Amino acid sequence: MSQTKTESGSDSSSGDEAASAETETERVAFCRGGLKAGFVTCVPVALGVGAYGLVFGVLAREAGLSLLTAVVMSATVLAGAAQLIAVGLWDWPIPVVAVIGTTLVVNLRYLLMGASLRPWFTRLSSRQAYTSLFFMADENWALTIQDLRSGNGRGGFLLGSGLAIWVFWVVCTAIGGVAGSRIGDPETYGLGFVLTAIFLALLVSFWEGRESLIPWIVAAVVAASVDAVLPGRWYILAGGLAASLTEVTRNVR
Amino acid sequence: MFGEVSLTALAVVFGMSIVTYATKAGGFWALDRVEPSQSVREGLDALPGGILVAILVVRLLEGGPSEWVAGIAVLAVAHRMESVLLSMVVGVCTLLIIRGSGASIV
Repeated sequence: MSQTKTESGSDSSSGDEAASAETETERVAFCRGGLKAGFVTCVPVALGVGAYGLVFGVLAREAGLSLLTAVVMSATVLAGAAQLIAVGLWDWPIPVVAVIGTTLVVNLRYLLMGASLRPWFTRLSSRQAYTSLFFMADENWALTIQDLRSGNGRGGFLLGSGLAIWVFWVVCTAIGGVAGSRIGDPETYGLGFVLTAIFLALLVSFWEGRESLIPWIVAAVVAASVDAVLPGRWYILAGGLAASLTEVTRNVR
Repeated sequence: MFGEVSLTALAVVFGMSIVTYATKAGGFWALDRVEPSQSVREGLDALPGGILVAILVVRLLEGGPSEWVAGIAVLAVAHRMESVLLSMVVGVCTLLIIRGSGASIV
């Protein structure tokens, strides 16, 4: 069972906690109790997600998405940062490659998050595991890892917490979308800056100390240069890949 | 009530949902088959930040000095409070104040 420890960078758990979590991982059950615990634990977090959903709904309408499109996007994509970026890129005709390509690249981090659930989720049925994964977002992933590491063995926690996020995210997108079509000229409220502000605040949450600085400077320089010479949105992909390659080559040395 | 619904837009949303689910389920699925190396992990880890930086640089270059000042306010609040929404509100208010009063300075 030593193969169960595969997740990267355990944040704060002491050796004892990690050891006990490992013995407990043998028992992971998918039951109603876990579902409910996940839902209830996540409600306060989901309220914050809901507020964010309101903003997304307003911005989606301003960008020219129909209310239905915005709500369907929230219900089926369920990835805040990617959806906001997509709305920022939205145009007519829709830049299909840029929107879907950027969504993919922004969400590549989910690969690692999903992989980190393996020690526990291999004990669920495929159907339980793959349904739960649809509802994985940054917020409830963090809560779930915390819960699973504590050894409760509640396999339904990710799904329960994910459902809480999904409900608030979708309903608030609809409310924001309805309100968004009625508020008149967005520039009066500085709405043009809202996305920039949200991206800046998100960026702070991706800051991992000084190691982040060099990849980010490289990304900024590459993005600005590519934007100056190439039409379209290639600068986004170029910046992301530049940061990624910088990080990799720096650590190889 | 839904306004004009574009099938193209719905198709794009469908595409977004497919690639997103592929990332959410793909890591769990693939780890059975390949163990990602340390450098792959680090590379993937650095992607979202790099993408945000790229988007921000272009937006801020277009935005001009008043947005830069408001942006600094956002960073300051986000750094201390870790609340995306609060930082956004402070940033937007800062921008509106700058525009309302000293727009000629910047």
